[in-house]
Amino acid sequence: MSKVIQIKGRGVPVIGDDIDTDRIIPARYLKEITFSRMGQYPFYDERFTAEGSMKDHPFNKPEYQGASILVANSNFGCGSSREHAPQALVRWGIRAIVAESFGEIFAGNCAMLGTPAVTASKSDVAALQALASEKPGADFIIDLEAMVVRAGSMTVHVTMPGSRRNSLIQGTWDSTALLLANAALVTAAAARLPHPSGRPLA
Amino acid sequence: MAAGTLYNKVWDSHAVTTLPTGQTQLFIGLHLVHEVTSPQAFDMLRERGLRVVYPDRTFATMDHIVPTKSQKRPFADGEAEMMMKAIERNTKDFGVSFFDFASGRQGIVHIIGPELGLTQPGMTIACGDSHTSTHGAFGTLAFGIGTSQVRDVLATQCLAMDPMKVRRVEIGGRLKPGVTPKDVALFIINRLGVKGGIGFAYEYAGQVFDEMSMEGRMTVCNMAIEGGARVGYVNPDETTFAFLKGREHAPKGADWEKAVTRWKTVASEKDAAYDDIVKFDAGDIEPMVTWGVTPGQSVGILQSLPDPEAIHDEGEKQSTLLAYRHMKLTPGQRARDIRIDVAFVGSCTNGRLSDLRAAAAIAKGRRVAPGVQAFVVPGSMRVRREAMAEGLDKVFTEAGFEWREAGCSMCLAMNPDQLKGDQISASSSNRNFIGRQGSPTGRTLLMSPAMVAAAAIAGHVTDVREFSSTGASHV
Repeated sequence: MSKVIQIKGRGVPVIGDDIDTDRIIPARYLKEITFSRMGQYPFYDERFTAEGSMKDHPFNKPEYQGASILVANSNFGCGSSREHAPQALVRWGIRAIVAESFGEIFAGNCAMLGTPAVTASKSDVAALQALASEKPGADFIIDLEAMVVRAGSMTVHVTMPGSRRNSLIQGTWDSTALLLANAALVTAAAARLPHPSGRPLA
Repeated sequence: MAAGTLYNKVWDSHAVTTLPTGQTQLFIGLHLVHEVTSPQAFDMLRERGLRVVYPDRTFATMDHIVPTKSQKRPFADGEAEMMMKAIERNTKDFGVSFFDFASGRQGIVHIIGPELGLTQPGMTIACGDSHTSTHGAFGTLAFGIGTSQVRDVLATQCLAMDPMKVRRVEIGGRLKPGVTPKDVALFIINRLGVKGGIGFAYEYAGQVFDEMSMEGRMTVCNMAIEGGARVGYVNPDETTFAFLKGREHAPKGADWEKAVTRWKTVASEKDAAYDDIVKFDAGDIEPMVTWGVTPGQSVGILQSLPDPEAIHDEGEKQSTLLAYRHMKLTPGQRARDIRIDVAFVGSCTNGRLSDLRAAAAIAKGRRVAPGVQAFVVPGSMRVRREAMAEGLDKVFTEAGFEWREAGCSMCLAMNPDQLKGDQISASSSNRNFIGRQGSPTGRTLLMSPAMVAAAAIAGHVTDVREFSSTGASHV
């Protein structure tokens, strides 16, 4: 598992509050039993008409092909727990997301994929979105050690829960191995905690 | 952390250790699994050579993709059939209990957990579904997780997590006649906002919740996530214990008494410290209806739709304008004049027996308006059987509603129940997001099951309080 410390790439602005996971990936694509094709679907109904022609959406624009830092507004990824949403973004090419705030489950899912979801102030997000709109080629650097985003002449302070940041910096964001390491403690916990069969506690 | 709260007590009792990241390794007492968010997790176990470590704490069913008109196999939708086969194979390969049609216990995962008595006070409960907060009605710490976290719980019965803050949401007084738990849920989201709960667990308290049924508490906790709170809960009390007693998985005999004694100790202390407290008055709550594309964009039934020009926050104003564009509605128009095409009673929010009774009380002796497609989808096979034993199916079909098999149905349109074009639905579900009910241009109005039934009969959104439950013909 790789350490995630610094991510460099071009920004793509997706503007609007409360962009929910149904908008990020419509439920009909959740019928696939693997994540392998999810990269085709991010924002599908906002990018394509029912007939399949392209709508005006940043993910469709030539200048944002290859962009890897998504800049969004508040409550991004609210709604459903579907990991298909960050899977779709990551498989499209997104490697980090900066937003005013995130839906809680979505932010956790991003961390599980090694994808930083960091928050910045409303005015800083607006400035980053303006930069990505006016200069689509500009480099964005997300630095998880300094907890800043550097872009153009700007250096913007960002935040994320400290433990999630640690999991990225340490390269332990895929948490299964960490959790398996404490098997004996888990066995003890299982013995003393309520069981759905209603069996009595030790 | 909020000392003395149920949240704090359940968290502490389930904390296994502190991980090198600083996260808590949290033990999960009950893991509920469904067909949509689990196949990739089981595949990850296969790739890594891992097993399900506590199959006796893991229970699966299928709900999202099942058709509700005919559940004959193979399903007409090849993808749905493939997904069914995957959960059948995965539960068999990994030794997990599977509530399929043949078990008679199939249903929406958040409805069957409580009805089987699997959901018990003081537990941690996880499921790959955001509406897992429903189980908080029993005084549990229950929350939705993504598929990689489903993998972690299958393989380790644990999650790497940080604790949340706790906000007490207290509603004093008594609800007015015609005001239901769904209205309480929508009212709270309207007041605190769809992002107000980010970072918080909501403890619902006060006279309204003390007097509310378990089914009503489940409706409110179900929608905690729509207000941004990943967890919502109500402290367990005699209402909780009475609901659980005698259920299939509930403790029996002497174990029952011991369990109740223990459950009483998990409730928040009187002097618990909260990170935040908000108070509302039950008398301010009217029957609610959403008009927009977030569950917070709602009004009381007698109100008119809001003026976007009066909103100062630019982000909120843009969201409001987007909602008007999508919904094809006009600021200032009366909520109760909005015409509907479809009426849907069901979902994990409002697909329980009391919800069906409330809708049937309105439907009885009346007729669905011409041009409206109305249908009722029980939340589980058991709810369906119990409703039929009371004759509710006949009440509905005689009124012109379709009576379906159990499943998630039109809440999220992963099955044949979907809006077409820009149809507008009155829906007892939980999300009015753009495209949520299957058509990118489809439109959703969220309301209580009784309000859905009233709208089906009137042909437009209407005030359920104008209907007597004994069947006056005038609307």
